[in-house]
Amino acid sequence: MMALDETTAREFKVVGTRPVRPDGVDKVTGRARFGADAYAPGMLHGAVLRSPHAHARIVRIDASAAEAMPEVKAIVTQADFAEGLSGENRNVLENIMAGERALYDGHAVAAVAATTAFAARDALKRIEVEYEVLPHVTDVDEAMKEDAPVVRDGAADASVPDGMHPNVVRYHENGHGDVEAGFATADLVIEERFRTEAAHQGYIEPHACLAQLGPDGKGELWCCTQGHFVAGKICASLLGIDASQLRVTASEIGGGFGGKTTVFIEPVALALSRKANRPVKIVMSRAEVFRATGPTSSASMDVRIGMKKDGTITAGEGVFRLQGGAFPGAPMEFSAMCAFAPYDLENVRCIGWDVICNRPKQAAYRAPGSPMGAFAVESVIDELCNRLGLDPIEVRLKNAAREGTRAAFGPRYPRIGLVETLEAARAHAHYSAPLEPGQGRGVSCGFWFNHAGETAVSLALAEDGTVSLSVGTPDIGGSRASMCQMAAEALGISYDKIRTTVADTATLGYNDVSHGSRVTYASGLATIKAAEDTVDKLCARAAAEWGIDRDAVVWEDGHARPAGPNAGEFEPVSLARIASRMGRTGGPIVGHFEATPEGAGVSFATHLVDAEVDPETGATKVVRYTVVQDAGKAIHPSYVEGQFQGGAAQGIGWALNEEYIYGEDGRLQNPGFLDYRIPVASDLPMIDTVIVEVPNPGHPYGVRGVGETSICPPLAAIANAVSNAAGVRLCELPMSPPRILKALDAEADG
Amino acid sequence: MNMMHVRATVNGDAVEFVCDPRETMLDVLRDRLALTGAKEGCGTGDCGACSITVDGAVVCGCLMLAAEAEGAEIGTVEGISEGGELHALQENFLKHAALQCGICTPGILVAAKALLEENPDPTDTEIRYWLAGNLCRCTGYDKIVRAVSDAAAEMRENG
Amino acid sequence: MVDVLLWGSLRPFADGEETVSVEAATVGEVLNGLVRAHPGLKPHIDAGVSVAVDGRIISSSLGEPVGPDSEVVLMQRLKGG
Repeated sequence: MMALDETTAREFKVVGTRPVRPDGVDKVTGRARFGADAYAPGMLHGAVLRSPHAHARIVRIDASAAEAMPEVKAIVTQADFAEGLSGENRNVLENIMAGERALYDGHAVAAVAATTAFAARDALKRIEVEYEVLPHVTDVDEAMKEDAPVVRDGAADASVPDGMHPNVVRYHENGHGDVEAGFATADLVIEERFRTEAAHQGYIEPHACLAQLGPDGKGELWCCTQGHFVAGKICASLLGIDASQLRVTASEIGGGFGGKTTVFIEPVALALSRKANRPVKIVMSRAEVFRATGPTSSASMDVRIGMKKDGTITAGEGVFRLQGGAFPGAPMEFSAMCAFAPYDLENVRCIGWDVICNRPKQAAYRAPGSPMGAFAVESVIDELCNRLGLDPIEVRLKNAAREGTRAAFGPRYPRIGLVETLEAARAHAHYSAPLEPGQGRGVSCGFWFNHAGETAVSLALAEDGTVSLSVGTPDIGGSRASMCQMAAEALGISYDKIRTTVADTATLGYNDVSHGSRVTYASGLATIKAAEDTVDKLCARAAAEWGIDRDAVVWEDGHARPAGPNAGEFEPVSLARIASRMGRTGGPIVGHFEATPEGAGVSFATHLVDAEVDPETGATKVVRYTVVQDAGKAIHPSYVEGQFQGGAAQGIGWALNEEYIYGEDGRLQNPGFLDYRIPVASDLPMIDTVIVEVPNPGHPYGVRGVGETSICPPLAAIANAVSNAAGVRLCELPMSPPRILKALDAEADG
Repeated sequence: MNMMHVRATVNGDAVEFVCDPRETMLDVLRDRLALTGAKEGCGTGDCGACSITVDGAVVCGCLMLAAEAEGAEIGTVEGISEGGELHALQENFLKHAALQCGICTPGILVAAKALLEENPDPTDTEIRYWLAGNLCRCTGYDKIVRAVSDAAAEMRENG
Repeated sequence: MVDVLLWGSLRPFADGEETVSVEAATVGEVLNGLVRAHPGLKPHIDAGVSVAVDGRIISSSLGEPVGPDSEVVLMQRLKGG
């Protein structure tokens, strides 16, 4: 690890160590309670009826036969939700329960609650839905064509230029300079078309919730979510109840990766519960997860880059067409903004098109939009390096964005760590290791913004000198450990004296979702600030006891001390000692922080991959993988490494195996882990990691987010490795054996 | 549907339950015996989150009907630690940060324990192939393989 | 006056201008000033934007200060996974 400026030159006692996570024992003994692990007295089981058609008008729903079953206690359709919703709430409702039309295979059309799960499923079979099947489209390029079926009319916003198909719903453009002038000065210009298929977040825990909503409008919701405050807010809107009357508790969450930042079954369970006036539990099947929750977008992209013989990039241009299912929101603007973000370019222009199709509404997936854009741009850079005989890391270093560089998305960068990741990759033994015959090496950079968002934290002292820290951001990957570490550091006490709890919506101020790699940054910053607020109160108590000014007291190593000889001679007093007397010195001591911090630091990564291709079968094996990423400051290095490795592994799946396959009938052909194949243990090598630390000045300890950037480089890094191994440029993901054989055949045919 | 009466042993304790003949062993463990450690990730035997042992063999709880458990000895994640002590695998999963969200952890621990009972000194490749039926989406498996390998070494040392 | 750089696809709603000058001391005043100068920008700003001030990306806080020499860039609102 490298300490690169004075912020990390600071000596930490707890930050940077690797303690056992506070929820660890619960998670290795089976005690941890996830979404489906909750039960309630009198609980009913909910089940959702889904459209078998990609696009159909719902002519009639006859639920009388299901209603006649004695086990059935409630049936709901869209009519059982709030009326008159607008904007994104309207889209969310339409997505979780169809109105006039089913817009994709798997679109919910009705739901039942019954006394057993078997009865609920039987009841679904007795609901008759009359459909008028309509023409459908599931491919992004097809959906933009003039004669394409219209998925939803009037879905486009004002950004879309006149004359586009109604399926084109948003348009974005960014960049600067004059790209044509830039291309004119290049020695070599390469333009290529790329395609990526939709990949699912693939969390192992299906969506699950337990809901209770009474006729008085008061409710309780337990669910696996990345953001229970946001889930509660959306549910309240969809049900037409007051947000504060719905208390939402986040269960332990079995993976999210962006896919659990919105709601699917939660409002349905609440609506069923309100109708039956009993608790209702819904657990999605894996097929439902694939068919009806958010995969990421699929993309079709054109990228053109000009380079001089010395490796200088003279211009870059990209067009990114993303489909995001039947609703606006495909993150094409982030493809356009991130694709060239690692480079200092005089001339750059990026265009994004958001296109709707008869597919499930895309949900955020780890750095939404960035990985696809990086795949296209970094592939073209690799091809330019190959044809000009240049080293891919040297070329990237030559063009690398640094502090003061104008980013392709507009602003000038503050202190960033891209160059440091490239230098560390170049120095890594992996980069100079010899390759075996049939192997190729790939390099790619990647970029993500990182996010902050609304954050509230409360830190309460107990009389025995221990600390209860309440945060509002669900812990997806060990964040309670890093919160305890930051609180321990700021208070000057030991890690195990602190317990961090993810508080429910009734006990803490509003918190944005655990997304955008924001948790260690924003909840961490809030934790440190709440600890400092607590320290201030502790010092005031000591000052009052000693009869001196608050300013004459300092906090060191968990003790209040007189600031200097002039303050008087008093024995330092510990946090535990002050806490033990707090009832008689002014009452409970609680530190707070509530704000929207604005100092998230962008981050960059460089990945190295060696891949082996079997030209007979088209099968690919990743034989070596190294992740180098700027973490700002790694609070708990093991979990930072884990984020790096997890992002790389998901990228390997997306690059090589994973794809949504739709049939001619518009139905998803592979809604299960057997046919939608995520990487298994025997597919992968060890994944080496290098944590670079270029501190983020916007965080007291220098933290940048780490969760998302790790999935930005892999698609391109692997495609570059596979292309170099196969001797032919692969422009379409996933690089499954049939696609590789096709590319090899096409190359052989010349 | 007529309910069935079943007697079995779970983590060494005698249990008795009635179940619908369509219910899986996983359903009964979770919904009737309050042992929610085993998870349902797919219901089709693809993800391994519901891994349990039945008379010593690793089985997907979602693929076994509860009625088949008559007379069987079932083992779940809740039975891995003995008394107040964590098993070496559990200790090493914590030490190596071999879990992020933790949903796959119960199944992986059950499968890994069965591996080490059969092969106390597995290579990394043997660990990877043994665990190929247990999906983890968070970790990329690196730290899991290291944790299993170190637990095996510790168990060999401590005999 | 503060010069605000717009992203490319917003320019048709600002009479083709790349940069719009507004009287503003905070991010909130920047956004209000833009809408006053070019009402066609309103739906895009209402849909959510971030504002970069001297390279620091402000995702939501309207009260963040903006100086007369600040480099201000309007950006699409950020979200993440």
